[in-house]
Amino acid sequence: MIKVNGDELDWREGMTVQDVLDEKKFSFPLVSVWINGEPVQRRGEYAITPVPDGVEIEVIHMMSGG
Amino acid sequence: MEKMKTLAEWKYTPAVSRLGYTRETLYVGLGNRDGDYRFEKRPVSDEMIDKFIGGRGFGLRLLWDAVKPETKWNDPENEIVISGGPICGITQYPGAGKCYSVFLSPLTEQTYNSNAGGYFAPFLKFSGFDAFELQGKADREVIVFVDGDNGTVQVLESNITEDKNAYAVTECLHEYFANDEKDRKNISVVSSGQAAAHSFWGCMNFSFYDPRRKVARLKQAGRGGGGTVLRDKGVLALVVKMSHVTGTSVGPANPDALSKLGGKLHKEIRDFDDVQCQMRTIGTAHLNEIMNDYDLLPVHNYKFGRHDDIGNIHSTEYKKRFAQGMPDGCWYGCSLSCAKATPPFKLTTGPWKGREVIVDGPEYETAAGLGSNVGIFDPEWTIEANFYADHYGIDTISLGTGTAFVCECYELGLINRENTGGLELKFGNKSDLMELIHRIAAGTDEFARIVSLGTRKMKKIFSEKYGADRKTMEDIAMEGQGLEASEYRCQESIAQWGGYFLTLKGPQHDEAWLIFMDMVNKQLPTYEDKAEALFYFPNFRLWFSLVGLCKLPWNDIEPEDNHTKYKGIEAAKVPEHVQNYVEIYNAVTGKNVVKEDLIAMSEKVYNFERIFNLRMGKGKRADHNCPNRGLGPVFEDEWNARPEYFDGKLKEAGIEPGGLSVREKIARLQTHRRGQWEQLVDKVYARRGWNRNGIPTLETVRRLGIDYPDVVELLEKNLKPEDSFA
Ligand code: SF4
Repeated sequence: MIKVNGDELDWREGMTVQDVLDEKKFSFPLVSVWINGEPVQRRGEYAITPVPDGVEIEVIHMMSGG
Repeated sequence: MEKMKTLAEWKYTPAVSRLGYTRETLYVGLGNRDGDYRFEKRPVSDEMIDKFIGGRGFGLRLLWDAVKPETKWNDPENEIVISGGPICGITQYPGAGKCYSVFLSPLTEQTYNSNAGGYFAPFLKFSGFDAFELQGKADREVIVFVDGDNGTVQVLESNITEDKNAYAVTECLHEYFANDEKDRKNISVVSSGQAAAHSFWGCMNFSFYDPRRKVARLKQAGRGGGGTVLRDKGVLALVVKMSHVTGTSVGPANPDALSKLGGKLHKEIRDFDDVQCQMRTIGTAHLNEIMNDYDLLPVHNYKFGRHDDIGNIHSTEYKKRFAQGMPDGCWYGCSLSCAKATPPFKLTTGPWKGREVIVDGPEYETAAGLGSNVGIFDPEWTIEANFYADHYGIDTISLGTGTAFVCECYELGLINRENTGGLELKFGNKSDLMELIHRIAAGTDEFARIVSLGTRKMKKIFSEKYGADRKTMEDIAMEGQGLEASEYRCQESIAQWGGYFLTLKGPQHDEAWLIFMDMVNKQLPTYEDKAEALFYFPNFRLWFSLVGLCKLPWNDIEPEDNHTKYKGIEAAKVPEHVQNYVEIYNAVTGKNVVKEDLIAMSEKVYNFERIFNLRMGKGKRADHNCPNRGLGPVFEDEWNARPEYFDGKLKEAGIEPGGLSVREKIARLQTHRRGQWEQLVDKVYARRGWNRNGIPTLETVRRLGIDYPDVVELLEKNLKPEDSFA
C-alpha cells in the first residue's frame, strides 16, 4: 500500500510513477512528484522511476486554467 | 467604401511614452444624443500612477469620477474606459499587449472590467494616451478614430449600413483607414455586433491584422456586456492607427534588461511548451480532456463533470482543425502564441452560410461552454457557434452557460416549446441551439431576446411569464452577481467556491483557480489556508490587469526545475516568473519594487473596486450569492453519477448515509456545504480586511492609502458595529 496525496492506493511489484499518475487519472502535464519528500527530478523519467512499497507520494498539480 | 462624414475633429500633439506612461488620457464625449461632441486631453497625476498604476486601476478611478451612485449602465454618464498599463506595449517579453475595459455592466449593474489582447491598447499608448475614456451617447451611429500618426481624433458618421457584425465591420475599417495592404497591420478596431444592440451579453472584439493570413483577427473582451454599452452609445467601432512601433516605444528605463528577460522566457517556451501545456499548437483547448479526467468539465449545465463522448472534443481533434506553424501571438513578441485559428472554415448556417472564414479559437472556455455544457460534442458545431458569437458580438461564456441553463429548464419542463418559439431546446440539439444563437442576434424573437438578457433576468421572466418554478431555477442557475459562471465545475473544491463566488465581479476564472491546489493536491486543508489563497491569488492576478500583461505566460509555461526547486504553494506561484515581472516592471518604470510590492499595488485597487460596487448599491455579503449547483448535486441523477463518492463526502461530514434516500442525502449534503460556505465567507472577508458584511474597514483603506474623503464617507455610512469581526 502507498499513499498518494493522502489517499491510499494499492501497490504492486514494478510500479512506476507513471503508473500512479495513470491509476489516479492525473493527466495534467504540469505536475511535480515527490516521493517521501524528495522530488523526482525529471518529468520525462516518470515511466522509469520505481515506486517502492509503503511510500508517501505527493503529486502537486501546478495551478493552471483560465 | 465611400468617405465617411466628419462630425467632429480635434488635433493634438501626441505625448511620448516615457517609463511606461504618456501621462495623458483621452476623453471623448459623445453628448446626449445632441451631437455635442467633445475631446479633452487629461493629465495623469503622480497620485494616480502611485495608487492606480494603470489598466484596470486607471479605468476604475476615471469611471468613479464620471458616474454617480444612481448611474445606470445605459445612462450617458456611464463610460467605457480602455487602458493598457505601463508594461503594455513592450515587445521583448511574451504577453504584453493586454488592456482592460472598465464600465458599468448591464448584466451585473455594477462595475465590470474585461481584458483583451489585440493591438488597440499599445497603439493607443503610442498615439499619446494611457487611457481612452468614452462617455455620452451619439446622435447617430458613429466611428471614433484616433489617428496617432497625425495627431487627430475624429468622430465620423458611420456609413456601414449592411452588415454591422464584427468581422465585416473590422475588415472594412482596416481597409478604409489603411493606405495600402501593408498599412493594415497599423490599425486596430474595437467593435461589437448586431446582438449587442439588444442583448446584455454584448462583447467587445479587439482586432489585430494578420498579414500572413491577410485577415483581421479578433480577440474578445467578452464578459460583462461591454459591447452592449458600446452599442448603446451609438458607437459602431473605435479605431486607432499607429505606424511607428518599436521595442522601445514605451520608453523603458532599461531596454537591455527587458531583452534579457524576454530571451530567457522565449527559450523556456521553445524548450518546454511541447511537453507542458502545448499552448503553441492547441492553445487553451488542451484543457478539454484534462478537465474531463478530473470531473471538472461542465456537462449539461454543470450537472456532471465528465462525459463518454469526450473523445470527440479531445484537444487532438481541435489540433487537427487549427492551422499549425503560424506565429499566433495577439501582440508582437508573444512566442507562447496561443491565439489559434482555423484554416478557411465553411459555414453551414446563418447569414454567411456557404462562406469560408478564418475562425479565431475556440479557446477552452468556448469549447466547453458551447460544447459539453450544452451537451454538444462536435468541434465543427462549436467552431461555427464560436464564429457567429464573435461576429454577432456575443460573449461565448455567458452564451454557453446561459444556454445550458435554458436547456435544463426545457428538459425539466419549466419552459416548453410554446415558450421557446418552437425550438426544442434539449441538450445536444445542434440545429435548434444554433437557431437560438441566430435568433439572439436578430433580436426579433421574444424568447431569444429574454434569453439574451442573461440568466438572472431569465429566472425572473421565466417564472413571471411562463410560471417556471423559481426555487428550482435558483438552485441550478450558475450565476453570481448576475454574471454567468465560466466553464469549470467547482462543486468539490471549497476554495474554488470562493474563487468563483467571492469575487469582485462574479464567477469568472480570472481571480483564482484553486481547484487543483485544494481538491487534488490537498494543500489547503483549513479555512485559513483557503482564505490565504483567496487573498494572494486574486491580488496577484489583478496585478496583470494593472500593467497590461497576459496571465498565460506566468504559469502556463514554467521553468524546467520549478517543480523540483519549489514545493507546495510556492511552486504554484512560479517564483522565477514572478521575479521576471518584478524586474520587467522596474526595467520599464525605472522604479525599484520587490515582489511584495506587487500585491500591495493590487490590494489598493481590489479594495477600491469593492468599495465602488458598494457605492453602486452592491458590494455586500448578500451580493456574494452561490447557487446550490455550485456547492453540490441538486438532483438524483447527479448524485447517482458518483454515489460512492458522495456517500463518502457525507461520511466525512459525520452523516451516516445508510437508510437515507438519495433526495435526503442531497438535502443533508447541501445543508452541510452551505454551512461550510458561510465559514469560508467569514474567513475570506477577515483575511481581506473586510467586515462580516463584506465591506472593507476604515483600517483597511487607511493602511492602503485609499482613504479619500468620499470613500471614508461611504464606508462610515455602511460599516455597522454589529458586522465587525472584532
Ligand atoms: S499567451 Fe495567448 S492570449 Fe496571451 S498574449 Fe500570448 S497569444 Fe495573446
